[in-house]
Amino acid sequence: MNDAYFRTEGLTVGYNGKPLIRDIALGLRAGEILTLIGPNGSGKSTILKSITKHLSAIRGDAFIAGASVNAMNYKELSKKLAVVLTERLRGELLTCWDVVATGRYPYTNTLGLLQQEDRERIAAAMERVHAADLADKDFSAVSDGQRQRILLARAICQEPEILVLDEPTSFLDIRHKLELLGILRSMAKEKGITVILSLHEIDLAQKISDKILCVNGETISHFGTPDEIFREEIINRLYGMEKGSFNLTFGSVELPRPEGEPNIFVISGCGSGVRLFRRLQKAGLPFYAGILYENDVDLQVAAPLAARVITETPFFPIRDETYETALLLMKKCEAVVCAGVPIGESNRRLGDLIREAGALGLLKEEDALFSAAQP
Amino acid sequence: MTKQTGFQTARARYAAVFAVLLAAFAALIVWNINTGSVHVPVREIARILFTGAGDDTQVGIVWKLRMPRILAAAVLGGGLALSGFLMQTFFGNPIAGPFVLGISSGSKLCVALVMIVALRYFSFVSSWMLVLAAFAGALTAMAFVLLAARAIRQMSMLLVAGIMISYICSAVTEFLIAFAKDSDIVNLHSWSQGSFSGTKWSHVGVFSAIVLICLVLVFFMSKPIGAFQMGESYAQSMGVNVRRFRVALIFLSSLLAGCVTAFAGPISFVGIAVPHLIRLLLKTEKPILVIPASFLGGGVFCLFCDYIARTAFAPTDMPISTVTALFGAPVVIVMMIRRHRARL
Repeated sequence: MNDAYFRTEGLTVGYNGKPLIRDIALGLRAGEILTLIGPNGSGKSTILKSITKHLSAIRGDAFIAGASVNAMNYKELSKKLAVVLTERLRGELLTCWDVVATGRYPYTNTLGLLQQEDRERIAAAMERVHAADLADKDFSAVSDGQRQRILLARAICQEPEILVLDEPTSFLDIRHKLELLGILRSMAKEKGITVILSLHEIDLAQKISDKILCVNGETISHFGTPDEIFREEIINRLYGMEKGSFNLTFGSVELPRPEGEPNIFVISGCGSGVRLFRRLQKAGLPFYAGILYENDVDLQVAAPLAARVITETPFFPIRDETYETALLLMKKCEAVVCAGVPIGESNRRLGDLIREAGALGLLKEEDALFSAAQP
Repeated sequence: MTKQTGFQTARARYAAVFAVLLAAFAALIVWNINTGSVHVPVREIARILFTGAGDDTQVGIVWKLRMPRILAAAVLGGGLALSGFLMQTFFGNPIAGPFVLGISSGSKLCVALVMIVALRYFSFVSSWMLVLAAFAGALTAMAFVLLAARAIRQMSMLLVAGIMISYICSAVTEFLIAFAKDSDIVNLHSWSQGSFSGTKWSHVGVFSAIVLICLVLVFFMSKPIGAFQMGESYAQSMGVNVRRFRVALIFLSSLLAGCVTAFAGPISFVGIAVPHLIRLLLKTEKPILVIPASFLGGGVFCLFCDYIARTAFAPTDMPISTVTALFGAPVVIVMMIRRHRARL
């Protein structure tokens, strides 16, 4: 951690002298992206505010390139660190250009007059976030997505070495979320700006970050790379998720599995079952799924949602034992739905299973399940 | 290119607003010298002002009576508008001002107290004593307002607290005046209602020095004021030492409000209405423009109102607040309605 560009040492943060989170120690190299994740009210904002000196640290300190943040005055800090806050930016009768221009504050003269160079930086920053066409618009009249981009442009033209953003993606639709995070990513990688942000979207956090800090109220539960952090037990414990689950492979979230004794058996494969599994979950109908190869994409969704999944080792023919188990479960059910699956040499016996279901008169159309369940 | 034309129209607007304000300022000064119980022809005015020569009665009236009063209206009016602008910046609310927050009344109470005590025991009051008393009163009232602001985070309640402070101070002042059975009671009474009449040249020197120094200081604070308008956290992230800046704001706005009260008594609505009208005309909140324009605008507004106070029921002077309220209060009401609509 000694080669860290930004680091904290024994940083203890809180309000009114009462410590909330103790002994935060983290280190980042220049150009890395750190994301703070954790449940609501866990103290993500408190940590960010302490780093930006909006709150004074109770103990410990943060260091930018070896220089203590505690010892720095606000003016020095403003040339190294820029922020995008959740707090609404007050101020009226301002165009977007005016708002971005405030980022030049640390560099302008006593009266705050802009020079040609400042204007160029402002224009470049607006270009950077694809907001050049907003320059003359009234800041209070732009959409949430545009506002966040303008605030980001403002932070960019402050020419910081570190950018701190508190939940920058809240209130943004998915397109604008991706756009914003894309800009951050390229800022970090191309310009070497270190980015520290908090996110609620853990799936996005996993994809954008170099380091993850898990905040869960009293302590930092984990700090590390996304690969180290995104494990089912860590994420589920961090968010206290007893119901529902987080899919590590895809970073997607599934709702809790339907409870009760299943009487539906779903045969699927190669992704044909995903939509149906989720539809059954939504209708609250418990189900079995099988026979799925362990590398089948259907398994990623079936595993958290189905009462039980019959699986088979990839690339091997279906064994008798597996087949028998599936057949037994299927016979207990009142309905079998085939979502469509290609039958080839190795999964030949899945074809047998479908034929068996047909012979037993269990094979139903998908829609029949839902009309029966909702009289 | 649209940006370029946008800048140009904005610049043309700023230039036009300043030109109109300066023209109105000059015209009102001439008009104020010109009219009154003794008519001074416009042609004479230039001669009297620049050479001091002319008809003795006219010279006397212009130099001894009308000029000090005009300068009081111009400079103190500007100071009041400036004080209002600073308080609006501090509280982040356009309805804050030295009068509604009770700051003017706090000064009034202290000044009345000092005047009565000093006149009784020393039979002498200096301008500086009055300014000091007014400043102390303004700061005390401000301290109460800040305490209230801390306890209740709602702006409307803060204004109610300010108005209550104002009533209490006014009541105590009236009480004190009732006890002061001096010949000065008439003066004291008209002063406590707010008036520019009876301004002496010695006063002009003192308040001009204070107000103009404050104006220069505030003008050079326009950069952090601009940052502060976006919110405290943002201002801090831009490198403003917010704590120190807030103290400076309170100090300067109280000094301005106190200084005005010491010489002209409490004057209502100038502090709210003028900065608002200026923002409306300039279509911007940029302090570097709003500060000088508000100062000029405050002068223009008070010169105009004092003209009416002086001449409407001549030879009786009306309290200046009667006139400023008549023109200022509707502006404030319209502003509140517009803001409410904008929020819906």
